[in-house]
Amino acid sequence: MTRALVNAPKTARRGEVIEIRAMIQHVMETGYREGPNGVTIPRNIIRRFVCKYAGEEIFSAELFPAISANPYMAFSTVATESGTLTFEWTDDKGETQSASAEITVT
Amino acid sequence: MKISRPTLDEAIDSFTGGAVVREGRVKFEISPLVENGNAVPVSVEVDSPMTETDHVRRIALFNEKNPQAEVVVFHLGPRSGRARVATRIRLAASQTVVALAETSSGDFWSAKANVIVTLAACIEDISQQ
Repeated sequence: MTRALVNAPKTARRGEVIEIRAMIQHVMETGYREGPNGVTIPRNIIRRFVCKYAGEEIFSAELFPAISANPYMAFSTVATESGTLTFEWTDDKGETQSASAEITVT
Repeated sequence: MKISRPTLDEAIDSFTGGAVVREGRVKFEISPLVENGNAVPVSVEVDSPMTETDHVRRIALFNEKNPQAEVVVFHLGPRSGRARVATRIRLAASQTVVALAETSSGDFWSAKANVIVTLAACIEDISQQ
């Protein structure tokens, strides 16, 4: 399976704005390229990314072929409570990959 | 390969629903000269208090000359705390790239950047790699 990397602070003060960075290994095949035999390589990109904080969606993205291979995204959220950040990527084949990070809020 | 796509303005109109887009409030960072169009770092920051009543709902990127006008749409909310996002994009030619922000009051703000690309992305022939 592919590799996903997420980066979020392990601890934060309540109300603090924290930065979250997420990256996943994915070819992001645009569907506009031709292979050596002249046949167009079928599109396979990550279409959707969702980040949840303690079960509630705090950020999402719709991706198009113009996003680079191994998509990287950075965004932020307010540290509200201790809990789990979950990350989910879905591609054209319907395959999903997820990752998570724990945060302690004081 | 011949590819038909909407123009940059048409793509922006379909995102805004034809609403007026004003320039300002959006800080769009992208290098004006890019050597490799396969991975161009970009960041967008919108001037917004990000409260329940006044926040940025969506941030989107559109391009002028790639095979497809859309690049990405980010969904934010008051829990974002700060309206700042960053990613890496592909550019198939030297062109204009536009960052758009939709606020909770339904206003649209934008910033555009002209980028020169020396090695293009996306539509190269894989057999020559």
